[in-house]
Amino acid sequence: MRLDRAFLRFTTGSARIVLSGSGYYYAWVGLLLLLVSLGVVAYTRQIENGLIVTALRDEVSWGFYIGNFTFLVGVAAAAVVLVIPAYIYHWKPIKEIVILGELLAVAVLAMCMLFVLVDVGRPDRLTHILPIVGSLNVPHSLLAWDVLVLNIYFLLNLGVVTYLLVSLFRGRTPNPYIFTPLVFFSIPMAVTIHSVTAFVYNGLPGRPFWNASLLAPKFLASAFCSGPAIMLILLQILRKTARLDIKMEAIWKIAELMAYAMFLNLFFLVAEVFKEVYSDTHHLQHMKYLYLGLDGKTALVGWAWTSVAASIAAFFLFLIPATRRNLVTLNLGCVLIFLGVYIEKSIGLVVPGFTPSVLGEIYQYDPTMNEFLVGLGIFGVGALLFTMMSRVAINVANGNFRLDAEAPRADVDVPA
Amino acid sequence: MTEPLPRAPSPSRRDFFKKVGAGAAVAATAGCQQALEEFMKKSLREMSRPEVKALLERLEKEYGEKFGREVSVHATPPREGVLFGYGLDLSRCNGNRKCVTACVKENNQSRPNPDGDHNNPIQWIRVLEMEKDKGISFEHADPYYNPKEVPEEGKFYVPVQCQQCENPPCVKVCPVGATWAERDGIVVIDYNWCIGCRCCMSACPYGARHFNWSDPYLPADELNPNTHVLGNRPRPRGVVEKCTFCIQRTRAGRYPACLEACPTGARKFGNLLDPKSEIRRLLEEKRVFVLKEELNTKPKFFYFYG
Repeated sequence: MRLDRAFLRFTTGSARIVLSGSGYYYAWVGLLLLLVSLGVVAYTRQIENGLIVTALRDEVSWGFYIGNFTFLVGVAAAAVVLVIPAYIYHWKPIKEIVILGELLAVAVLAMCMLFVLVDVGRPDRLTHILPIVGSLNVPHSLLAWDVLVLNIYFLLNLGVVTYLLVSLFRGRTPNPYIFTPLVFFSIPMAVTIHSVTAFVYNGLPGRPFWNASLLAPKFLASAFCSGPAIMLILLQILRKTARLDIKMEAIWKIAELMAYAMFLNLFFLVAEVFKEVYSDTHHLQHMKYLYLGLDGKTALVGWAWTSVAASIAAFFLFLIPATRRNLVTLNLGCVLIFLGVYIEKSIGLVVPGFTPSVLGEIYQYDPTMNEFLVGLGIFGVGALLFTMMSRVAINVANGNFRLDAEAPRADVDVPA
Repeated sequence: MTEPLPRAPSPSRRDFFKKVGAGAAVAATAGCQQALEEFMKKSLREMSRPEVKALLERLEKEYGEKFGREVSVHATPPREGVLFGYGLDLSRCNGNRKCVTACVKENNQSRPNPDGDHNNPIQWIRVLEMEKDKGISFEHADPYYNPKEVPEEGKFYVPVQCQQCENPPCVKVCPVGATWAERDGIVVIDYNWCIGCRCCMSACPYGARHFNWSDPYLPADELNPNTHVLGNRPRPRGVVEKCTFCIQRTRAGRYPACLEACPTGARKFGNLLDPKSEIRRLLEEKRVFVLKEELNTKPKFFYFYG
């Protein structure tokens, strides 16, 4: 059968798989759709009134949205980097791990783009950042570079995963000369997207909290904790629900690698704290605001210490072989790592950079319910995308969804 | 004392589900149409002369309808051989903030809005009260000082506005090139091209850039109808704005409004390329300094003790 007709069959078959499922599946999708609609309602209110409905002001001009964006770029990067140990240690099934990692990257990048979209004051003018049609300010603007590399990374992952799935769907072996170089190209690209995102902050001399050369390495170290934490939980769920044959050894190995990444992340944190505290310049203000509060303003202090405590606890849980092999402590560690890195990379990164402001003012940023709901809606979109894409992918990988089969049977449940 | 700086208003927590359904439909339709229009547009820097002329006419018509008054929008270019510089005598400034009031009026900045949900007052000049025994220290600065009389005992005052840097960090970070330095040194913003990402606000070490978080509130009778397309013309919501050395006045050979309003004579302005100008004499005779010199932004806004 010709490729275009095969692709058409793939699309319609995928739609059928996505639309049918058990009661649990419908309940899960229904819940996600509810979150998405809450987000749409909240965003509509923001479009009507402007960004005044957020808690952002001139003193703290980026916040919850850009923080989530930053965190998620790390998740998208790390999801794909798991491909390296999969190849080195010959984990079976590599194919599935690659596909799931890339699908996660695609879904998370869609969320990243949505978080940028909701943050800009003039979403109607986004065409201005297109090359040719608009006036993308390369090579000067790091945000312009970020737009470029994120889009390349998005298309790369979407392309590879579509190629793999359509090939398998057509009953053909994917040509390794096509997809292996692309998968390997996506690894340096993963490092690039997160480094460039760090450079957006890093290159601002007026903001000493970000203007430290450790920022990009720290971004990568923390991303290699949070990204795999999500993958570990997903792999366990799919092991049960989709009967994917994932060996526990692979999961333990990932946990061990995460312990090393977390060690680096904590070491970088100590290095930064030492430099600021010992040299005791006015740059220390930002770190003080984060961990101790300034002038009795302590909005971030609880969050900051929660993040540190969660990260340290997770480090030990993953370092000690007995606790990383125990499913309860392993999953507890995943949740703690996610929590620790999420706080550190979102609110804990963005807000102290602005507080105190360049003129010394302390504006306590506390996201509004509207901001939170917009964010929740975007997480809903991401989860929905991943649920549906992985549902199709697993049916293809299991051989249930094939071009030569009568009709696709959606007998696998994938609760995201 | 005039017009103390209002604190950043707290965000509105109005009923969330208000007007949502209808709003969504309207927003979607208007959004599509707007997006198409935006797609066809060019930035001001890319426009030919006739295109700029057409834009000015369109803006004049739009503002005329909106405010019910005749508004002129100019695009006066920089003059050859002119590079503007500003001087501020800290020993004269007594923190009266007349400059702030004059600036708000001259430059059509958003006024405090009686509808608290949309309150988005903007002031391009921020006067910081500092303690004499601490010197220039932003950590110990208070922009919200509001005593019966200025100057206060033991305090001095440092007005901060756009420093019109020669090496502006705000310009290079803009992802769409919507802000740039003109030949006469004024850093300007194309309000029709800015996407509102606020990178420039993160980059500016002087807090000089301000965002229209809501629709700017500008009553028609308070509008200054003499405007420049890169300066004080009424701004839309969702874009960044800042001091332009009163581009609409200074390119026409006048002084900035803040300078004219200053009752103490603390403010000086002139052409840095003219050896006989007052600003050049100040630079040669006084001990001048710039804010945050270590950042290499090379401001054209000089502070001195007279």
